[in-house]
Amino acid sequence: MTDAPAIRIKVEEQKPHRSLWWDVWAQFSTHRGALAGAAVFSLIVLAVIFGPYLHTIDPGYLDYKAKNLGPSWVHPFGTDNLGRDMLAQVLAGGRVSMAVGFTAMSLSLFVGASIGVMAGFFRWLDGPLMRLTDLFLALPLLPLLLVIIMLFRDTLRHAFGPETGIFLLIVFVIGITSWMQTARIVRGDVLALKEREFVLAARSIGTRERRVISRHILPNVLSPVMVSATLGLASAIITESALSFLGLGFPSDFPTWGRLLFDGKDFLTLTPVRVLWPGLAISLTVLSVNFMGDGLRDALDPRIRGR
Amino acid sequence: MFRYTIRRLLFAIPTLLVISFIIFALLDLAPGDPTANLPLTIDAATREQIRLSLGLGEPFHIRYIAWLNQFFIAEPLNILEEWWGGPIGDSAGRLRIRSWSTRSPVVDLIVERTPQTLWVVGMSYVVGITIAIPVGVISAYRQYSWIDQAGTLFSMIGFSVPTFFTGLVLIVIFSVNLGWLPMIYDTTHRVTDWDSFIYQVEQMAMPVMVLALFNAAQISRFMRSSMLDNLNQDYVRTARAKGMKEHIVVMVHVLRNSLIPVVTVIALGVPQIFGGAIITEQIFRVNGLGALLIGGIEAADIPLVQTLTFIFAVLIVAFNLIADLLYGILDPRIRYD
Repeated sequence: MTDAPAIRIKVEEQKPHRSLWWDVWAQFSTHRGALAGAAVFSLIVLAVIFGPYLHTIDPGYLDYKAKNLGPSWVHPFGTDNLGRDMLAQVLAGGRVSMAVGFTAMSLSLFVGASIGVMAGFFRWLDGPLMRLTDLFLALPLLPLLLVIIMLFRDTLRHAFGPETGIFLLIVFVIGITSWMQTARIVRGDVLALKEREFVLAARSIGTRERRVISRHILPNVLSPVMVSATLGLASAIITESALSFLGLGFPSDFPTWGRLLFDGKDFLTLTPVRVLWPGLAISLTVLSVNFMGDGLRDALDPRIRGR
Repeated sequence: MFRYTIRRLLFAIPTLLVISFIIFALLDLAPGDPTANLPLTIDAATREQIRLSLGLGEPFHIRYIAWLNQFFIAEPLNILEEWWGGPIGDSAGRLRIRSWSTRSPVVDLIVERTPQTLWVVGMSYVVGITIAIPVGVISAYRQYSWIDQAGTLFSMIGFSVPTFFTGLVLIVIFSVNLGWLPMIYDTTHRVTDWDSFIYQVEQMAMPVMVLALFNAAQISRFMRSSMLDNLNQDYVRTARAKGMKEHIVVMVHVLRNSLIPVVTVIALGVPQIFGGAIITEQIFRVNGLGALLIGGIEAADIPLVQTLTFIFAVLIVAFNLIADLLYGILDPRIRYD
């Protein structure tokens, strides 16, 4: 009679420890598309990082005797009209496209989350910041991006060098024009969280506002931010490629996936396979990221998780 | 509803003014000399005269107000005049927004290029909607069936694969390998008889399909989720319990209600489509508004780019308003007043 509760405690202790992230992973791994997306995306990232060490041809090396070749063992993706190896260019271009995508996404998340938290938390900032968001949503983004890049390209090139300058410019303009959705979602969540009991409890024991935000608000808006991170990465990669495809991105000797498509589109009758590789790379990356985002949204939603 | 419309219209004015100021200031205060593209043999004094003739001698705020006056008062009056037939006011003395590179009025250039864009964009939107609605309805009605899975995959691919890649792939397949369709859109082509009509259809097929696929992917998702929201409602059960035929329940009761949010999404998407057309026009060399914008950007033709960008902004604001009003008209539960 007396030792019965002790046994029950023992049974409970034997259950495996389940943390929040373990639950999230369990839900994520039931989504087949998300798993496949994660696998393809990691494969592309690994290939882009380590590929150039395995396939050691310099992407800028001109070999006129071997121009416009189809796929072969030496050049698995063929060569372009100047005899540059396509595989090496796709790998090098992937590094730039991924770097632009990640940096621009982080910038847009940072801006979006800060504006969203401030608008949601401080009542007097809500009106002005949301008007600002509406204003940005009403701007014609693609024309403006093109115009900004056209106008500031040369100045930044002189200031930071041709490659760093255009990288900074593209990352900045993509980041500064894609934060609005994140800000709106975060603001909505913060508005709801602010009224919850745990925030009231934290305030009632005299927690400072900065601490309330960092300790109680931010961890709770992490999941919408993570979902918009995946969507932001996909759209940043597409925007960068679109800009390069319109000829207003990186210079030609500095390959990115969009730039390779732009250069390849004039040789469609001669080497049609040339546009396939960078295009496939963009499409697979964006598709896998979108599938991951889909799975992540389900996994981070406590109403769906665990069913 | 009327008061709401008026209020929204009044609200749109400051928004548009702020946007026009941003666009104007961005282009005007940017570094770079508009005469930099001219030959180096032109001496400094002539160069200064060219700058003055372009209107660059005036201070910034004067030029901004002059541009506003030209855009909002002079050019609409000119358009009215053409409809009216006769002169309205001092038509010869009105200043017009002139392109720096062609020296012709910007509005004339835009009027010249709009039909091509409208044909391609409009057709692609119509085709996209006609694909998206059945796909969305079937996916929702047979949720989690193979056809729903296929629809999900189709829409995922549709908005993940960028239009500049699908366009190039279509060109490689249908123009390069099969030789069925022309690679470049010929804007000078006139439809006079059956053969020229067939050619027009052929040259429009690829640009329209590229944009239509992209539109269909997005709209079919909205259609599916909107159908799913409605299929479990009580009125559907009531209709079935009354013994109505299944196709009437789905096609009349559910579909009509599900279309309400989709119609607003369709309206909201129109300006984005114009943005997307910039890229598609570049792939197929359609001589439309997007091509005009890119050409203006490359030639540093500031008045043209300012006006065109602002027109895109007007489209966004206008279609946001239209979407909200449509929602209020179509859904009797929504009352703005």
